Amino acid sequence: MANLTASVRNIGRNPIIWPLLALALLMIFNLIAIPGFFSIEFHDGRLFGSVVDILKNASPLAIIALGMTLVIALEGIDISVGSVLAIAGAMGIFMLDGYPTWIAILAALGIGVLCGLWNGMLISILGIQPMVATLILLTIGRGIAQLITGGRIIDTTSASYTFLGKGYFLGLPIQAFLILIVFALLYVLKTRTAFGLFVESVGGSKTASRYAGIRPRSIMMISYAIVGACASVAGIIVSANLGSADANNAGLWIELDAILAVVIGGTSMRGGRFYLGGTVIGALFIQSLTTTIYSLGVPAESILLVKAIVVILVCLIQSEAFRKLFVPVGKKAIIE
Amino acid sequence: METGYILKARGITKSFPGVKALADVDFSLRKGEIHALMGENGAGKSTLIKALTGVFPKDAGQIWLNGAEISPRTPLEAQQIGISTVYQEVNLCDNLTVAENIFSGRYPRKFGLIDWDKVYRRSEEMLAALELRIDVRQPLSHYSVAVQQMVAIARAVDISNGILILDEPTSSLDANEVKQLFNVMRKLKDKGMGIVFVTHFLDQVYEVTDRITVLRNGSLIGEYATKDLPKTELVSRMIGREWTESQESKTAADTVDDVFLQASGLGKKGSVERIDLTVNKGEVLGLAGLLGSGRTETAKLLFGIDKADSGVLTIGGEEFALMNPKKAITKGIGFTPEDRKVAGIVGELTIRENIALALQAQRGLFSFISVRKQKEIAQKYIEMLQIKTPGTEQKVENLSGGNQQKVILARWLATRPKLLILDEPTRGIDVGSKSEIRRLIRELAADGMSIVFISAELEEMVQCCDRIIVLRDRMKIGEVRGADMEENNIMRLIAEGANGYGESNGLGA
Repeated sequence: MANLTASVRNIGRNPIIWPLLALALLMIFNLIAIPGFFSIEFHDGRLFGSVVDILKNASPLAIIALGMTLVIALEGIDISVGSVLAIAGAMGIFMLDGYPTWIAILAALGIGVLCGLWNGMLISILGIQPMVATLILLTIGRGIAQLITGGRIIDTTSASYTFLGKGYFLGLPIQAFLILIVFALLYVLKTRTAFGLFVESVGGSKTASRYAGIRPRSIMMISYAIVGACASVAGIIVSANLGSADANNAGLWIELDAILAVVIGGTSMRGGRFYLGGTVIGALFIQSLTTTIYSLGVPAESILLVKAIVVILVCLIQSEAFRKLFVPVGKKAIIE
Repeated sequence: METGYILKARGITKSFPGVKALADVDFSLRKGEIHALMGENGAGKSTLIKALTGVFPKDAGQIWLNGAEISPRTPLEAQQIGISTVYQEVNLCDNLTVAENIFSGRYPRKFGLIDWDKVYRRSEEMLAALELRIDVRQPLSHYSVAVQQMVAIARAVDISNGILILDEPTSSLDANEVKQLFNVMRKLKDKGMGIVFVTHFLDQVYEVTDRITVLRNGSLIGEYATKDLPKTELVSRMIGREWTESQESKTAADTVDDVFLQASGLGKKGSVERIDLTVNKGEVLGLAGLLGSGRTETAKLLFGIDKADSGVLTIGGEEFALMNPKKAITKGIGFTPEDRKVAGIVGELTIRENIALALQAQRGLFSFISVRKQKEIAQKYIEMLQIKTPGTEQKVENLSGGNQQKVILARWLATRPKLLILDEPTRGIDVGSKSEIRRLIRELAADGMSIVFISAELEEMVQCCDRIIVLRDRMKIGEVRGADMEENNIMRLIAEGANGYGESNGLGA
């Protein structure tokens, strides 16, 4: 019994448990309230259903949020991701006109990394506050995207490019695999190199990290470049799915959902510890919530309100101070 | 309840995950007395004070203030009933002015607006009572740590209602400032105020206190009148064993001078004037001087945390005009900074991660030390340095100051440095740990490691060092070794010349 309570308490300390709990509750609600939510059909070698749609539609958000996790862990933020998404999408579609697909993809990724390095330079070398520094690219980013598209919505018919937004692999939408790939890459970077330790150390104390021989500037540059790369992957997915690039509307407001996904996932805005798995769960939760609200047939004018209320609830679950009001957490762990 | 007591606490108990920090401790403070709270690191001094001042709730026990039972739940509540504390590290806002710091949260009002004239006038008066005359309209960051400490004390005295708690107030003050502080403390005592004084300096306890309460491992050992408790008795009660003033044996200073590092003309404007020094293999080199004399600044130039604007460093025959920490670490230099809380530990991370940090930085991003290996390394140093912790996965911020210092030492020892720069490694830690660290310094040097040692306590420098460079006003003014290495000689070097002892802070040369 004592062991059981101890292990329950340990689970309670693992921050990923709370977003998981929120997602589980939402799914149980869907199971009861929305008939057929979990039904999955299989035809033409593909799976169809709400759950599959969630995986597919959550991918730009999840991938951007994964990158965002790193910069939030560094006590930073990147609010330019929506604009970078638009730039990368525009670049990809633009380059398809005359170049092979792989060059278009490399160009889209390249310009995203460049945007990230620009942000990183403003923040780590010039010392501009992250919110302000990335506000610059948020504002001019869509202008740059418009310059690339020439002010029009440009489109493509390249099948190999649109595969990245419409394609299926092993019966599942390609997006699900893209989330997995980005997650796996970052997870390896976190647990098989010193990058995770350095990010958490710089996020915890920049001064102490510098005294220990870490270069906070390099860590920040790399992290902002990674967010830029993540935003371009999302940009490629969005433009491939539509077969076109819309400089004005692609990825609009996605930065806010991405920040929310990171916070729901258990990473603190104060920097330090970060949780990649939590972030993915957070992004899936946000997308599921949107799907649920649409499936319930909530009137259009109330959708944002309902979403806000649920998000408040999730944030309350996340808050240790709020939880302590109900359950005394870890008060009696004494080793005599 | 008897009269004459300002504060009485009975049966105070407090536990943290994994540690019982206070067990059934009693404490009482009389009117008009200065009461020392003594104990080693982790004895529970800070915990007791934090429980008294509402920083965290006590698990059990009762507290009475002026006869009425109190139970402050936040530091603000404690302040409102008149218990104010000056902590070890200055807890004020750097970017606000001195006067704003003194009055923040309780500005005097006139017609609903802040009465700034009064704020400035009263701030000046209060500081004048501490014999400190400074421009109260300047931001606090403009002044030295010592002055900031005085400002914190001024604020606390003004808020307090008969009780003042000073947690290690003297660790960053020089001798003159300590004297000033003691004068102020005696004045306040004569006015009937009760003062709780936490310190590690034994001499200061005997100079200024009336009674002593000793804690050890979270338990009350006893309460004594200062005049009835000889110093050796006090020490043995604190560390729980018979203790003889350790005289670490020094290796004969006749080793052949085998230079590890040489600095010529190393300097930085506003920080240190061009300085020449050499560090030999296996020697302990001291940098002595007052606060602000350039001792810390020199160390920072050697490690490359601050960039020198003149001079050359030669390490193992290789010349460097610009140093940086990464390069320094690669060349086998380690550095424990004086400000342990800000520049030393990463509080949120575990002991394991804190210890692995410098070694990992030395090896670079991709040559990752596996978590299992990190645990082995951490465990090795926990045992070697006797760090008090239930395991390697504890957050460093939950450790006591002395144990945090040991974690930072472990971080550098793990890199197997050729030169270790220790800036005030013994500041704010107990006598037991102090002598452990001193012994360690001698052992490391005997094994061939070079050490640059900085301390405010000359006695300890004379004990540990083979050679001492003396600094004043950001300049090297002399060097002593062998038989000349005596406290009096060094003091004379520091004191002689135009500037008197204790007046050289912040004056540019």
